[in-house]
Amino acid sequence: MGAFLVPTLPAIISRTRFPLNGEGFRTVPAVDGRARCGYLAAPLAGADAGLAGRPATTGDCRTRSRPAGRTREVSQVELTGAEIVVRFLKDHGVRYIFGYPGGAVLHIYDALYKQKDVEHILVRHEQGATHMADGYARVTGRAGVVLVTSGPGATNAVTGIATAHMDSAPMVVITGQVPRHAIGSDAFQEVDCVGITRPCVKHNYLVKDAGSLARTLREAFYVAESGRPGPVVVDIPKDVTADRAWYEYPAEVALRSYNPVSRGHPNQIRQAADLIASARRPMIYTGGGVVLGDASEPLVELTRMLGYPITNTLMGLGAYPGTDPQFVGMLGMHGTYEANMAMHECDVLIAVGARFDDRVVGDPKKFCPHARIVHIDIDPSSISKTIQVDVPIVGPVRSILEDLLVAVRESNSRPDEAALGAWWKRIEGWRANDCLRYERGSELIKPQYVIEKLYEVTGGEAFVTSDVGQHQMWAAQFYPFDRPRRWVNSGGLGTMGFGLPAAMGVQFAYPDAPVACITGEGSIVMCIQELSCAKQYRLPVKVVNLNNRYLGMVRQWQEVMYENRESESYLDSLPDFVKLAESFGHVGMLVERPGDVEGALREAFALEDRLVFMDFITDQSENVYPMMMAGKGQTDMVLRELA
Amino acid sequence: MQRLISMLLENEPGALARVAGLFSARGYNIESLSVAPTEDSTMSRLTLATSGDDAVIEQITKQLHKLVDVIKLVDLTDGPFVERELMLIKVRASDPWRNEVRHLTEIFRGRILDVAGGSFVIELTGARQKLDAFVDALDEKCILEVVRSGAMGVGRGDRSLRA
Repeated sequence: MGAFLVPTLPAIISRTRFPLNGEGFRTVPAVDGRARCGYLAAPLAGADAGLAGRPATTGDCRTRSRPAGRTREVSQVELTGAEIVVRFLKDHGVRYIFGYPGGAVLHIYDALYKQKDVEHILVRHEQGATHMADGYARVTGRAGVVLVTSGPGATNAVTGIATAHMDSAPMVVITGQVPRHAIGSDAFQEVDCVGITRPCVKHNYLVKDAGSLARTLREAFYVAESGRPGPVVVDIPKDVTADRAWYEYPAEVALRSYNPVSRGHPNQIRQAADLIASARRPMIYTGGGVVLGDASEPLVELTRMLGYPITNTLMGLGAYPGTDPQFVGMLGMHGTYEANMAMHECDVLIAVGARFDDRVVGDPKKFCPHARIVHIDIDPSSISKTIQVDVPIVGPVRSILEDLLVAVRESNSRPDEAALGAWWKRIEGWRANDCLRYERGSELIKPQYVIEKLYEVTGGEAFVTSDVGQHQMWAAQFYPFDRPRRWVNSGGLGTMGFGLPAAMGVQFAYPDAPVACITGEGSIVMCIQELSCAKQYRLPVKVVNLNNRYLGMVRQWQEVMYENRESESYLDSLPDFVKLAESFGHVGMLVERPGDVEGALREAFALEDRLVFMDFITDQSENVYPMMMAGKGQTDMVLRELA
Repeated sequence: MQRLISMLLENEPGALARVAGLFSARGYNIESLSVAPTEDSTMSRLTLATSGDDAVIEQITKQLHKLVDVIKLVDLTDGPFVERELMLIKVRASDPWRNEVRHLTEIFRGRILDVAGGSFVIELTGARQKLDAFVDALDEKCILEVVRSGAMGVGRGDRSLRA
C-alpha cells in the first residue's frame, strides 16, 4: 500500500464553486512528488464505501470536493471517459457486464482491466451478450449491462436489444462509436447505432462529451429500470472515452420529460372494485407486467380472496402458482382449452400487466364478446391499443393491486356465490377435456414427457429458460411455475438462440440454483458458440435439447396450413451434439429411449458443477395442442385426438 | 378526422427523428410537421397535422407521450385554437395570368415579395384551408413552386403548453 497515496478528506481541496472545465485546481501531492489518484473519492452516499484499501491507478488524476446541499460534501475525481464508465458501473452496484472487445471500446476495456469490482464476462458473439444480460435482468429485476464495440458489435447486439424491448426487460447497452470527428464519414466499423436501435429501445443516447457520461449513464439505468422497463443504448465515441472530466456519482436523476405514473387513480380503482365484485362469470388474465412489477403477492392474495379463475400469458407464468387449483393454465394460441373457453365466456375480465397480444386475442372482433374489461397497466399506450376496455387503470401493478384489495374489501357489492359456483362448474367441465393429454407408453420419447420428468427431477424449483418453437410451448404447458421470475423466454420477439445465453445470465445471478435451458436442435445452434463462454466461467447450465430433426413449429404449421409441404423445415446434417458438447469441454448425453429420460436428467442434475448437454431424440410427428388458429376466435381451437 | 397535435420536445439531436420514426414504424400519417426552438433554447415546439379515427389518434398521442424526448403534448383540436401556416408560392406573372394573380393575391390578403421578369413570389398566411383555397383558385399552369411551412397552432385562452 505504501506506494500509493490514499488521501484523507482534509487533503482534498474544498471549494464552493467550480467551473465546469475544472481548471485552476491544485493536484493532490503524492509522496513521490507526482500527482496520483485513482478511485479515491470520498465515500459516496449510498455507494460502496470500501475504497480506502484499493491501490490507485497511476496516472495524472485529481480530486476535488464541493458542498452538495447544506450538510453533505461530495468529492469529485478527474478521470478519463473510460474510467468514468467503469467507475460509474461500480458505484451503481453493477456486478457483471457482458461484452466483447473491439477497437472503439479499447479504452473502456483498459479501464476494466485495472479494477476488480465490475466483472466482465467475455461472450463469443454480441447477441449472446445481450441475451445473457437479458436473462440476468429478468430473474433479478435489475438492468443487465452489455458492452460492445462499434459497427458489427452494435449490429450483432440489435437482435438481443429488440428481444428485450418486446418483453420489457431492463437493459443498458453501452456501444462503442468511432471518434466524434469521424462520425458520418463512413469510418471503419462505423454504423449509426442510435439510428439503427431507435425503433427497438426504450431510449438511446449518443454521448458527446466525457463530462456528461456519468449523468447519461445514470439516466440510462433509471429509464431502463423504471416504469415499463426496457433496453437503453448509450453510444460512446472512442475519443470521449479518452477525454478527461470530473466525475462524481450522480445521486439524483431528474428528467422533466419522463415521469412514470406512481399510483393508480383512486376513482378508477373504486370503479374496478365494484365491477369486479359484481361479476357472475369473472376471469383474471395476467401477463408479464405482474412479474416485472413484482406484483405476484397482491395478485395471489386478491385472486384467493375472490375465488376467481385465473390464467397467465406466456410471459406471465409463475406470477400465480401454476399448481394452484384456481389456475386454469396458460391462455392464447397454445393455451389450455379451459383458459380460452373461460376467456370467451366471461362477463368481467380483469387484465393485469398484459397487453392483449395477437397470440392471446386472435381475432379482436371475436375476443371476449360478453365481457366488461378492467385493464391495469403501467403503460398507458397498452390500454385500448387492440381491445377497447371499460375501466382502465394506469400505474404500477403492485400498488394498484394492493389498493384494489382494500377497495374490494370495502366495496358494498359482494360476488354472487351461486353464480360463481355455477361458473366454476362450467370451467371444470372444460377442464375435464384434459386438453394437454398426449400418448403415453409410446416407444419414442415424447417431448412432453421429458418436460414432465424435468419438473419432477428438479422438484419444480429450477429456473427454466427456453428458445423458440414447439419446445417453448411444451415447457410453458408442462412445467408449472409456482413463483415469478423462474421462467425466462422470448415471448414477444420470438428469438431463436435466446435460451442458452439467457440461462447463462440466470446462472450468473444464481450461481447455486439449478438452471435448465429447454431448447430444440434448431434454436440451440443459433447461439451454440456460448458453450465456450459457459466453459470459461464454469456455468453448470443443463441443456435439455428436444431433438426432433425438424423446425417443429414450422413443420406443424406446414402440416396444418400447407397440406404437409415441409418446405425447408427438415434439418439435415445435424451435428453430433454429444461430441459437440464434449469438444467445448462439457458433458454430453444422448438419450433415445423413454426409459432413460429420468435417469439421464437425474445424472445431469447431480453433476452440479458441469454443464450437461442432454440430446433427447424425440418423436418427430408430435404437435403442440391445443392450437388456436392464427387470426381466428378464441374458441376455434384444434384439440388433440387420441385413440 | 384532421388533427393538429402540438408538443414541447427536448431540443436534442435525434428528437425529431424519434417523432418521425414513430409515425413511419406504426403506420400513422403525417400531413405536415413544423418544428423550431422556443424562447427556452433547450426546448423545441413541434406541431404535427395528422388524421385518423379516435382510437388511432388516442394511440398516436399515447405513443408520442411515451417518447422520452417529448416533454408535453396537446391535441389542439380538442379545444378552441388558432391555426396558421405560411406559404411562399412562385407563379408565372406573364400574360394572361399577371392581373389575375395580383387580383387573387389581394383577395386572399397575400403579399407579393418578389417581382421578376416572368414571375412573382407571393407570401400568404392563414389556416390550411385558406392556403388550399388560394392554390385551387390559381390556374394550375401558372404555379411554379409551392413552399408551405406546415401548420402551426396555439390554444386560445389562458391555458398554455409549458414545461
